[in-house]
Amino acid sequence: MENNQQHDESVVGHIAPASMYVAIWAVLMAFTAITVFAATIELHVFNIVVALVIATIKGTLVVLFFMHLRYSTKLTMVTVVASIFFLFILFGLTMTDYLSRGWLTYPGH
Amino acid sequence: MATAVQTVERENYLNANYGIKSWLLTTDHKRIAMLYLISITAMFWIGGFFAMMIRLELLTPAGDLVSSDTYNKLFTMHGIVMVFFFLIPSVPAVLGNFLIPLMVGAKDLAFPRVNLLSWYLYMAGGITALTAMVMGGVDTGWTFYTPFSTTYSNTHVIGAAVGIFIAGFSSILTGLNFIITIHRMRAPGMTWRRLPLFCWSNYAAALIMVLGTPVIAITLLLVAFERAFHIGVFNPQLGGDPLLFQHLFWFYSHPAVYIMILPGMGVISEIVTCFSRKRVFGYEFVALASIAIAVLGFLVWAHHMFVAGISVYAALVFSLLSYLVAIPSAVKVFNWTATMYKGSIRYNTPMLYAFGFIGLFTVGGLTGVFLASLGIDVHVTDTYFVVAHFHYVMVGGMVMAYMAGLHFWWPKMSGRMYPEGWAKLSALLVFVGFNTTFFPQFILGYMGSPRRYHAYPPEFQVLNVLSTAGSSILAVGYVLPMIYFLWSLRYGEPAPPNPWNAVGLEWMTSSPPPTHNFDETPVVTWEAYDYENQPQEEVTIGH
Repeated sequence: MENNQQHDESVVGHIAPASMYVAIWAVLMAFTAITVFAATIELHVFNIVVALVIATIKGTLVVLFFMHLRYSTKLTMVTVVASIFFLFILFGLTMTDYLSRGWLTYPGH
Repeated sequence: MATAVQTVERENYLNANYGIKSWLLTTDHKRIAMLYLISITAMFWIGGFFAMMIRLELLTPAGDLVSSDTYNKLFTMHGIVMVFFFLIPSVPAVLGNFLIPLMVGAKDLAFPRVNLLSWYLYMAGGITALTAMVMGGVDTGWTFYTPFSTTYSNTHVIGAAVGIFIAGFSSILTGLNFIITIHRMRAPGMTWRRLPLFCWSNYAAALIMVLGTPVIAITLLLVAFERAFHIGVFNPQLGGDPLLFQHLFWFYSHPAVYIMILPGMGVISEIVTCFSRKRVFGYEFVALASIAIAVLGFLVWAHHMFVAGISVYAALVFSLLSYLVAIPSAVKVFNWTATMYKGSIRYNTPMLYAFGFIGLFTVGGLTGVFLASLGIDVHVTDTYFVVAHFHYVMVGGMVMAYMAGLHFWWPKMSGRMYPEGWAKLSALLVFVGFNTTFFPQFILGYMGSPRRYHAYPPEFQVLNVLSTAGSSILAVGYVLPMIYFLWSLRYGEPAPPNPWNAVGLEWMTSSPPPTHNFDETPVVTWEAYDYENQPQEEVTIGH
């Protein structure tokens, strides 16, 4: 470990109480029920929005608590945020193509 | 050879233990680097064989040596082998594996077993892809464009895709290992601002490996699923979009160009400073330019799709963003040149290759700026202009840097000196052969000669003959190092710890290094590349 002398953050993982895992699990199950319920209501385009928002919340809970991001170093948090940022680049720049394809009209169209 | 060869007595990573098992189960980053060196060299010759077949076919205008179907398979397999199994792993997996722990003053990479796993994954991926090739090959081009790859091709697309998928994990694991090693394993005093530029550029490349490779892996898996189960992601009849494939493919594969070239740029930074005896000009700018290239590289992919039918507005955005990558690339080229200005330049082989890199990469980079402009790109898309452009970057840039690095660190890796005269000849042959091969292709492309055809109009023959002749010179230039490196293992002069009088921790341990790299953890008290102010005697040596 002599190479890590300047980095003295704890290398031992965080130990969370079992009750917290159960609570998070209950919240996840509740959101699953809400997802199923929301799918039965006709909200037009908002059906997909609701489903995605719930999925995002559930994913965030898993990453924060089950994957211990909440107890991790700032560097680990930056890493996770950066990967989500690059996912947005993938989606965002791809959508510049899909959303603007119809803008230019061609003769006959 | 009657002269007795002095044996290296000090225990080092090569003679620490013997036997095939000691190599195949090793967790020593230096031995794993050697395993990679052997395997990617084999891949280089396989890919090179396909290239020579292509050039021989194009010696005459008629498609007479191979059929058009075989030709399609040849250029596809050349691309797949060279891109995924040679260029992407070359500098990181061989030189990066060997050098990063040495350069940061560590005993090994952060996860030595994961490092060995990455080699096994590379081998599994390589063997899978090669099996697909032996069983009949693939004809989609290395880009696997849909709908041809998903619906129409009758070749072994799934086998090749699975091979690349597996090798992708090797790349991700290597990238992770580098990032964590550079963050966590630096020796006392080795601050980010003292980090060798080779580590900076491999760090930037590792970021791309970790962020981008999962996308290509999933995309190729989708192609396999679409072929096997008709799931309809890319097929318009099932609600899919073939251009979605190109978006996803190039989201990784354009940044992959920077996975290839960034570590090469790191090699050049090390060599230019050493053989100019000067601190690199604008260290911070060169270091941060690597990160800038890695980030900007993710914003430009659709310049591969300007004529594919994407929205013209999106094309405008991607064209503008593509120009931006030229800025950090130019920062590097200008700073290397400024480093050489008034330097005490020594013309050793690594420096000759570095000169080649700077010149040829500049040509490749500038023609990339041409291609980023919509007007020119529409004219030369899918012509030999594009082929010449990316070979100037990949071969003129990347392979030159790889060869430069191999020569520069060969004494450290093998403990032997290579024959300088032969090496200079090989550098010259590679430079001449490369330009004779690929410069005519710029002209061919500008005249409208399309790529990926096995026959062409007779008026293009002179330029094609030049190109084929050049490729044979290039081949000699690559065969020579293979011979003299092997020769040097037995007959080369034993290398001193620091044959180039370079700074950097890797030169402060013996050649070849002991298994644990340094007998004592080095303490860094000097700035990076302090060639002007740092007398060698003041440097703390680990043993």
